Amino acid sequence: MKIYRVNMSKLSFTMEAVPEEWRLLGGRGLTSAIVAKEVEPTCNALGSKNKLVFAPGLFAGTMAANSGRLSVGAKSPLTGGIKESNSGGTAAQRLAKLGVKALIIEGIPEGDKWYCLHVHKDGVEIKEENELLGKGNYEVIHTMTSRYGENTGVMTIGQAGEHKMSLANISVKDPKGHIRSAGRGGLGAVMGSKRIKFITLDDNDGAGIEIKDKEKFKNAAQVFNKGLLSHPVSGQALPRYGTDVLVNILNEAGGLPTKNYRYGQFEGAENISGETMYDTIMSRDGDPTHGCHVGCVIRCSQTYNDKDKRYLTSGFEYETIWAFGAGCTCDDLDVIAHIDHECDDIGIDTIDTAGSMMVAMEAGLLPWGDGEGMLRMIKEEIKEATPLGRILGNGPNFTGKAFGVTRIGTVKGQTMPAYEPRAVKGIGITYATTPMGADHTAGYSVTANILKVGGHIDPLKKEGQIELSRNLQIATASLDSAGLCIFVAFAVLDYEPVSHAIIDMINAQYGVNWSVDDWFNLGRSVLKTEMEFNRAAGLTEKDDRLPEFMEEQLPPHNTVWDFTGEELDSVLQF
Amino acid sequence: MQVNVKLFASLREGRFKTEVVDFDSNSRVIDVMNKYELPPEEVAICLVNGRDADNEHVLQNGDTVSLFPPVGGG
Repeated sequence: MKIYRVNMSKLSFTMEAVPEEWRLLGGRGLTSAIVAKEVEPTCNALGSKNKLVFAPGLFAGTMAANSGRLSVGAKSPLTGGIKESNSGGTAAQRLAKLGVKALIIEGIPEGDKWYCLHVHKDGVEIKEENELLGKGNYEVIHTMTSRYGENTGVMTIGQAGEHKMSLANISVKDPKGHIRSAGRGGLGAVMGSKRIKFITLDDNDGAGIEIKDKEKFKNAAQVFNKGLLSHPVSGQALPRYGTDVLVNILNEAGGLPTKNYRYGQFEGAENISGETMYDTIMSRDGDPTHGCHVGCVIRCSQTYNDKDKRYLTSGFEYETIWAFGAGCTCDDLDVIAHIDHECDDIGIDTIDTAGSMMVAMEAGLLPWGDGEGMLRMIKEEIKEATPLGRILGNGPNFTGKAFGVTRIGTVKGQTMPAYEPRAVKGIGITYATTPMGADHTAGYSVTANILKVGGHIDPLKKEGQIELSRNLQIATASLDSAGLCIFVAFAVLDYEPVSHAIIDMINAQYGVNWSVDDWFNLGRSVLKTEMEFNRAAGLTEKDDRLPEFMEEQLPPHNTVWDFTGEELDSVLQF
Repeated sequence: MQVNVKLFASLREGRFKTEVVDFDSNSRVIDVMNKYELPPEEVAICLVNGRDADNEHVLQNGDTVSLFPPVGGG
């Protein structure tokens, strides 16, 4: 395999051999290793010293199910620390098929011209781009698909990325031509700072994927794939209801953050629930289940049509629906679907955009529950990059500072997602301590706290939460490096043969002899690399804390966040 | 005594979303499942008043019982 390196200052391309130290890294493990090695931690995230790295996981392009996730890494303009943001779509498998282990983009061009990149078997072409500047992601994807054909990967930024907003994400074309996103941390702004509007990927005649022992790999992959399908969550619940099925269970458990984290239950929960979404999709001839990449057997995504049965949005996730829904007390699923569509098109992270909206509501800029008002602010202010739009578009902390609001639900500037730390304490540990800023996917303690997967730990008590979060953060860093979807974890946690199959696949593909310890050491090493970068960037222990208002009692259980600084500092000590 | 029974996801099929039902005092969670022919192996998560409860948990007047099949997301 090889490294593709693009220097935007020189407008040059080089192809490099993969150093031995990166051979057994992929996905997050590789993006974080490259950023840690090549990016000055104290640099300006939007300056010429930052680098943007795209990497497929270790299993990308193989027959291992759900192995097509893409990792995108850089120093984050939102958190000020290292960032890996993870997306579905078709890009990772195309990079793997081209034999590209990582695409590194460095430098910033002189002058004010914009560019696009075309990635293919012989390298990367850097071309000037004018036509699609100022356009949304859907138009970029449709135009590129018309130009190069259906079988073309696209990674693009919307207007928010062009304006270097901290909410800006990178959108990735999915198998249906819709949008998946490397959502969090403002990586779209980093791409915009390098004045790259979009990247197209042509994997024709690529070198392909090398597997040392094909028979052994096939056998292990079959165990793995079968395990995913036989688990009731990944085999049945996720394909049918999608992730939004969580609205009702978090609401019943008193852990659905409501009205900017004031309550743990939302009166309008049923209206925005997965059950309601499923019925709505079916009644409008939508599609309740499809995969975000080829080879996904879980298929948690869906197509959500409007009242006239026209396409409205897809990849309509629980966290998005929680954020604009319970978070902002809006119980209109159609309005939230419109908002999701606009966020995808403009290229902004839904969780952090809603975080800005919660702060805007605290400031009195919008009434609570005003879904149409949020849609208007996104379309007329953020998309147009008005002064107010730029404030909102730079995230909840920036918005809070502008309007004198102190009730801001972030860690390291990133919004705490759809699980209340005072009622789901394990996830609070993850929010506080992951190097990523508040991120539920970094150590999804909801499994044992609420879903009874991988054991059960009382979500309202402190006991067992630190160990739970630590173990999940390590395992997740390994899964993210393999390029596996986080939802394989349900089967991995409950079925031992499935977790062993992952080790068997690594050994078969790369000709090594890894043990289970080696697998977890990978995760530990990724976390250490990321923590060291953050410390060198100037983040300290006090950045590993939840917001002050978490000391308030949260109804209905009236619990508080009661972990000490010392306890939090012990989480990632290993 | 009265118990508020709430069913979710596939457990609603052929049943209901929410019902307030009379039960004998000292009824347990398993009695609720039996009344609605919910096989215990199909119920992955049981909450009583928003807290985890097992099948033998004894119910009180005014309790809310929320039952879920295996579900997940993230």
